[in-house]
Amino acid sequence: MPNTQLRKTALNEAHRRAGGKMIDFGGWDMPIQYPAGTLEEHLRVRTAAGLFDVSHMGEIEVSGPEALALLQSLTPNDAALLADGQIQYSVLTTPSGTFVDDILIHRFGPDRFFLCVNASNSDKDFAWICDHRAKFDVEVKNCSANYTQIALQGPKSLEILQPMADVDLSAIKYYWFTNGLIDGVPAIIARTGYTGEDGFELYFDPDESERIWEKILEAGKPSGLLPCGLAARNTLRLEAKMALYGNDIDDTTTVLEADLGRICKFNKGDFIGRDHLLAQKQSGLTRKLVGFEMIDKGIARDHYPILVEGREAGIVTSGSPAPFLKKNIGLAYLPIESTGIGTHFEIDVRGRKLAAQVVKTPFYQRSK
Amino acid sequence: MAAYPEDIQYTKDHEWIRVQGDTGIIGITDFAQEQLGDVVHVQLPKVGEKFSARDTFGEVESVKTFSELFTPVTGEVTAVNEALADSPELVNSSPYNDGWMIKIRLNDPGEVDGLLSSTEYEDFVESQKEE
Repeated sequence: MPNTQLRKTALNEAHRRAGGKMIDFGGWDMPIQYPAGTLEEHLRVRTAAGLFDVSHMGEIEVSGPEALALLQSLTPNDAALLADGQIQYSVLTTPSGTFVDDILIHRFGPDRFFLCVNASNSDKDFAWICDHRAKFDVEVKNCSANYTQIALQGPKSLEILQPMADVDLSAIKYYWFTNGLIDGVPAIIARTGYTGEDGFELYFDPDESERIWEKILEAGKPSGLLPCGLAARNTLRLEAKMALYGNDIDDTTTVLEADLGRICKFNKGDFIGRDHLLAQKQSGLTRKLVGFEMIDKGIARDHYPILVEGREAGIVTSGSPAPFLKKNIGLAYLPIESTGIGTHFEIDVRGRKLAAQVVKTPFYQRSK
Repeated sequence: MAAYPEDIQYTKDHEWIRVQGDTGIIGITDFAQEQLGDVVHVQLPKVGEKFSARDTFGEVESVKTFSELFTPVTGEVTAVNEALADSPELVNSSPYNDGWMIKIRLNDPGEVDGLLSSTEYEDFVESQKEE
């Protein structure tokens, strides 16, 4: 019996009808996989396309004359570099430079921004932004309930979606978006994703969820499109070395430790956590998030202990088989002296000490 | 819907055993493979290893998780399914036939009598689902 306490997206019935295996995913009743299974779903996204319901993700609108100033104060990346229709990966930072959340900032206009935030963090993020808005002339709205969000991912995404769209999708560059119609339904059409593939994330009226979902699945069938569950989403994002909040990043790991120095723009002006991050940059990191590959046969899972020269030196933050690469991979924070590519270390896999090595990331990069 | 063939006996750890003479063929149930999802690796013992009933004889790993394998009976391993090394997905596609794991020579064929029948196991699975 479905647990009535769980939150449901507007596509819940559609997932059940399609044989989705439903689990409690951070309080949401979500499909972990469909009958095709995680491996097949993963491979389809790499070779054809997959469709994901990610409506559990949160959406927050920040608008008003000082919307940009507020976002600049909350995030380390430089939101002033955004043009209308552009998207930026960023972070809501704590005073110690750790993560409240990682987010996508979409600029609708000079004084209107749309944030896509993690499902489990959306209430916390909204409260965080509200707690820090006092000095700013802005309006902050949690509009998570107003949107269904689905992600069409994979090399065939464009050809599947184009016939349903009233705009030229090929004109939307990676990390840009446009407002358009998908089969007559107004949608934010963003060229983003969490899989390492080309694709689109669509935000639209929940009342249209099932019709649009089914329509895309039907249109994509000849191209090999499959509905995909959150297990495939996880293995796909891991191959692409995209961090997962709660696993790889949280309020105990700094943005620099997470190897996201590229989004720390110290010259843009002050932001929450800037002093700490700058000090950490100047004094040098003591640990850093790296990608690893198993050398010995075995799979490192989330939270398994890392051993460097026999001593416990951290934990695996994400570990899994990589279905496309056919390797066993993972992410972990290692002592900085052990983060060089090719460095060997061990992972305690249920009592067996198995060899692993630091490798170049992303593990998987699509050909452009 | 999980399948529950009637020619085999089951355990509450979701293994099955098919007895042929003094040999038992052992694998995991359809329900177990459904719960695990795509199997990517099966760790099996060597021929000649001896186990007591409910000993761990190996491990099955899926994309998402892993599970220990428990032998339902006491005896000596006489064969392991070599095909699983290259095709672990047989555990998903054919849990009761091509996805078998080990053959074991039974010390005491009477041990099997204490295991669950098809209907008893199905009732057990249904009761688990309701929890």
